[in-house]
Amino acid sequence: MYGRSERESTGPSAVKIVISGGFGVGKTTFIGAISEIEPLTTEASMTDRSVGIDDASLLTQKTTTTVALDFGRITLDSSLILYLFGTPGQERFDFLWDDLATGALGSVIIADTRRIEDCYPVLDYFEDKSTPFIVAVNDFDGADRFELGEVREALGVDEAVPVVHCDARSRESVKGVLVALIEQVLLQRVA
Amino acid sequence: MRGDDEPRLPDPRMIPIAAPQAWFEQPSPEHSVATGQSATDEGDGVFVRPFIVTRGRTRPLHDGLRLETLIEALPAALGRDGWGKPLSAPLQFEQRQIVELAQHPVSVAEVAARIGVPLGVARVLIADLYTGKYISLHEPHELPVHVIERIRDLVRAL
Repeated sequence: MYGRSERESTGPSAVKIVISGGFGVGKTTFIGAISEIEPLTTEASMTDRSVGIDDASLLTQKTTTTVALDFGRITLDSSLILYLFGTPGQERFDFLWDDLATGALGSVIIADTRRIEDCYPVLDYFEDKSTPFIVAVNDFDGADRFELGEVREALGVDEAVPVVHCDARSRESVKGVLVALIEQVLLQRVA
Repeated sequence: MRGDDEPRLPDPRMIPIAAPQAWFEQPSPEHSVATGQSATDEGDGVFVRPFIVTRGRTRPLHDGLRLETLIEALPAALGRDGWGKPLSAPLQFEQRQIVELAQHPVSVAEVAARIGVPLGVARVLIADLYTGKYISLHEPHELPVHVIERIRDLVRAL
């Protein structure tokens, strides 16, 4: 009988939250602050998707384009595992971003007030995908602590999107951000 | 975080590394991750084409394996087939590693990271194991509101 019910909700479920933001904004730190395992890294190469895509230019790239992907895991209870996936930093690789965003419960977009513009492409992406998200302003040492209202204005995000402070090194802070995101997911669900 | 009474949950630090078979040396998954060794490690000038372990196949036999799709070894997966007969053809090295990792539910991304292969390779290997009935899949589905609420409460209680 075992295995017959693998599509039923009785089996273990994995939940995915995407941690996003510009390069060097603290995504892996954020994941590491709460993950029960050292964040793992896996590689996706262009060949993962270039086969079957009608774009000959992709095929000539062979395996040379690889993107590293960091993630952590939190076992919530005997049937729920939460995975936190960081988006790769430097560039946007659509093929991988879609892999990350598809089925995600939501996304935390980490912003650095010194380089606020770095998260514009990320915001565009998740707004476009209608993935629930919140913005977490990572308060780096030495960075001026901006009013969240100012950050919201600079980002041009909707009033309905929470913008919160966070310290990516602090487990409590990261936990608070995740709870805020899940609240946002629930709000959008019942809306 | 959790009680000690229910140790069946996945924690790779607790997954016993299967005793090495007499005929090959099995590196622990932690080792391959920690040292950055992987099939595509290019640092030392030795480049192994990643899909060599799938004999060049890049298309998984089963579609829809997401990063977070959980796999779990079926009870018979190590050594015996579905009818309890010993397998005539033992699993290939990487597939055996996957089955050993999947003694507890483990995600596709985790499998790739722990055996040190790119995601695309892991997907092909996992799909083969699924097709061969060595593992079951727990595919993600839309979560009802009460489950999301439970997730929120569990995260809060971490």
